[in-house]
Amino acid sequence: MDPHALPALLPALPELWLCGAALALLMIGVFGGDRSTRPLCYLAIAALLVTFVLLLLGPEGRTVTFSGMFVVDPFGVFTKGLVLIGAMLAIVLSLGYIRHEGMERFEFPVLIVLATVGMLLMISANDLIALYLGLEMQSLALYVIAAFRRDSLRSTEAGLKYFVLGALASGMLLYGASLVYGFTGTTSFEDIARAVSVPGATDALGTLVGLVFILAGLAFKVSAVPFHMWTPDVYEGAPTPVTALFAVAPKVAAIGLFLRVMLEPFAALAGDWQQVIVVISIASMVLGALAAIRQTSIKRLMAYSSIGHMGYALIGLAAGSAEGVRGVLIYLAIYVVMNVGTFAVILCMRRGQGMVEDITELAGLSRTHPMLALAMTVFMFSLAGVPPLAGFFGKLYVFMAAIHAELYGLAVVGVVASVVGAYYYVRIVKLMYFDAPTDAFERPIRGEMAAVLVATGVLTALFFVYPAPLLAGAATAAAALVP
Amino acid sequence: MLSEWPILSLIVFLPLVGVGFILVTRGEAAVVARNARYLALWTSAINLVLALLLWGSFDTGTADFQFVERAPWIDDSIAYHMGVDGISLLFVVLTAFLTPLCVLASWDAIQERVKEYMIAFLVMETTMIGVFCALDFVVFYLFFEAGLIPMFLIIGIWGGPRRIYATFKFFLYTLLGSVLLLLALIYMYDAVGTTDVPTLMRHGFDAGVQNWLWLAFLASFAVKLPMWPVHTWLPDAHVEAPTAGSVILAGVLLKMGGYGFLRFSIPMLPDATAYFTPLIFGLSVVAVVYTSLVALMQEDMKKLIAYSSVAHMGFVTIGLFTLTPQGIEGGIMQMFSHGLVSAALFLCVGVVYDRMHTRLIADYGGLVNRMPAYAFAFLVFSLANVGMPGTSGFVGEFLVLVGVFQVNTWVAVLATTGVVLSAAYALWLYRKVVFGVITRTELRGMLDMNRREMAVFAPLIATVIFFGFYPKPLLDVMHASVANLIAQHQAALVAPATMAER
Repeated sequence: MDPHALPALLPALPELWLCGAALALLMIGVFGGDRSTRPLCYLAIAALLVTFVLLLLGPEGRTVTFSGMFVVDPFGVFTKGLVLIGAMLAIVLSLGYIRHEGMERFEFPVLIVLATVGMLLMISANDLIALYLGLEMQSLALYVIAAFRRDSLRSTEAGLKYFVLGALASGMLLYGASLVYGFTGTTSFEDIARAVSVPGATDALGTLVGLVFILAGLAFKVSAVPFHMWTPDVYEGAPTPVTALFAVAPKVAAIGLFLRVMLEPFAALAGDWQQVIVVISIASMVLGALAAIRQTSIKRLMAYSSIGHMGYALIGLAAGSAEGVRGVLIYLAIYVVMNVGTFAVILCMRRGQGMVEDITELAGLSRTHPMLALAMTVFMFSLAGVPPLAGFFGKLYVFMAAIHAELYGLAVVGVVASVVGAYYYVRIVKLMYFDAPTDAFERPIRGEMAAVLVATGVLTALFFVYPAPLLAGAATAAAALVP
Repeated sequence: MLSEWPILSLIVFLPLVGVGFILVTRGEAAVVARNARYLALWTSAINLVLALLLWGSFDTGTADFQFVERAPWIDDSIAYHMGVDGISLLFVVLTAFLTPLCVLASWDAIQERVKEYMIAFLVMETTMIGVFCALDFVVFYLFFEAGLIPMFLIIGIWGGPRRIYATFKFFLYTLLGSVLLLLALIYMYDAVGTTDVPTLMRHGFDAGVQNWLWLAFLASFAVKLPMWPVHTWLPDAHVEAPTAGSVILAGVLLKMGGYGFLRFSIPMLPDATAYFTPLIFGLSVVAVVYTSLVALMQEDMKKLIAYSSVAHMGFVTIGLFTLTPQGIEGGIMQMFSHGLVSAALFLCVGVVYDRMHTRLIADYGGLVNRMPAYAFAFLVFSLANVGMPGTSGFVGEFLVLVGVFQVNTWVAVLATTGVVLSAAYALWLYRKVVFGVITRTELRGMLDMNRREMAVFAPLIATVIFFGFYPKPLLDVMHASVANLIAQHQAALVAPATMAER
């Protein structure tokens, strides 16, 4: 094929469209100024929706384009769909916040869209260079969003911390990628897979060291222990709707990338990376469960909760099978719904002058806002993994994969950690239902907020009635990654 | 005719329909509260009628599952599969019987958040009946665990002063036990490819694996039952729970542990069951003797009854693991009877608690002078708790002892001391509270039971005495299923042995 010919663009249509849309939004913002923030938010949501439709209309099966740099497969479609839903809902949740908190600046929706483009590219990466480009595009936009309230010390601190530590992780990843390139002579995932699967290649220490560095970089992005340190500070410091975004979209994208990198180019080294994943999975679950107990800020609590949840998701990766990938995808889908719902509740925690973040502010919520308390209860029990709520099914499927892969120790640690974790989730229910009420939060709850709460609440509570579509979708997606 | 309806689904989910009605009631707080009470009462009463119809059309001649419903759910291997046999039917009836009584018992005692309270009880009923009807392990687990949420709220919202400690202990203890059950369940699914209970019963697991699975099951069922030494959540939960919460806890929730042994451990893991029987006997004997002694030392009435529950559950496990027809039937009978008797005893405590707001034994005395009807009801249930012939408690204890004498004399002898000890604490409690002269002036103003309270106790007294004299209707239901259970167990034990001989 002529190397100068234009690559097939159609498979990448969603990304191209979203890229164009982001630039268009930027132009509108530049000319319209900060007054146009609100319309821009709606336009951004519309652009993401169109991307979602284009994604579903995309080619079936596996297609590779841009000289093998970019891959489209059912796995990517599933993960990207989740990312888009997470990004969309994060913008919806921020509508009220940016007005109240004086954050109506037109860059906000544009940056979220740009970050989303980066996430989509990450998921579709089929080459170490494409991977790095997507990851950096996402990260740079996110660093800025984290520090978006530039007059707030906490927010700028969060942004800076995220940036410095993120840059370190990117550096490690890049270093690992260069080692892998040096020892295998290629950056393409298919060629790496071929290179490491020839007999004797697994002894190449350089490749292994490179793999470990890549692992560290990716673990940072999914905030798995021991690369989790940034998470609580960034979650706490960033504006709350941004925290909601951080908790869902980039996590899904990073786990998607993690799965693809481990199971496509480095599948032959599974015996080597599996032990690492088992350790960081256990460490994340245990630390997530224990450290959250002492937290008083709901945002920090959710940060440790997300660390724990990433540990559970990594169980599926440790299993390394199609079943495991399916478990991770189911887990992620449910995780997105639960977390968006929880953050919607957190964003309703506003009283008089501004947002409140201490968990004791939730005391007696069942008296002052019974429906809000009910929704939060559903999310908390679901995050704790109590059946019949959705969160239980997420755990069920990753544990199924772990048992099938005979990772019994991992499964036992996982379930015990989930009981420890249940304590702090249930403590929030206790505050809402058993304690005397404090002042009510601001009323009324905004329309779009209520809509998100109802939708996520119903999905979480009644998932068990008809779980088949999600399970089937995840199974198809997983089969694409691990034949 | 009845078998063509999805009657089990109806019984399981009808309470949720009631919840729907309660949710849409609007108006003044007092009106809503009254409507919620009546809606809950009617819903649970209709459910009781349905459960009795179910019992009436149950075929006692077969050990097969009846009224079976099956629909694909997650996929074909994890399906919505419901059915009852002689082992589970009685628990369904027991649950449906106790729920309306709980609603009645809470009529005046609960004045705050009545709507939520009634919703919690109806949801509870759905999950409890669901546990006993489920024939798919995942469906069972779902109901088994889901019941934690309403019970957590019932104790935590409407409970006593230390309710938060008690409800967290209850929740976390039970959750820890059941997550291990979950892993065992997943392992079985992985090995067999389905979670269908009848299929799992026919599948023979390797002996080595059986032991691990059995221990995982034990972790869950022993906490739920509860067995010594993991019983410590029970006294706390009982003391802090509202009266009706204690009734449901003692009456039905504890039975889930025993039911779990019968439905899962014994038929699915026969070799491990045989292997671990001495362990169960040991723990049960300790439970019977030790917790009976502990009960003797209690100052709080509810705590005393809670420890007595642990002792009685020790009898149940001894009976079940004798694996003799008498032992198992006695165990089931004991569970059924204890469901009625301990529930009634907690209601008895509730009656005086509603008047005096104390549960300390020392605060009472001489109640017979002011409350003769109450003294009678309390007497009946105290004697039933002791296992007096002519009450349902006797039938269960007697059959268990008959069963265990065939298997292990020492266990039988030690268990029999439990009967004596139970007489000691139950009669001591009764004498302290009811007999004697009234010394405290506050007690002089006590009124005897009103009509509503009598309406709660009348059916309990009637059933306890009726089944004490004539347990045949209950035993007939179980015969076929218990015989089948034992036959399966024997066959599973013999099969590998004969193969080894070849």
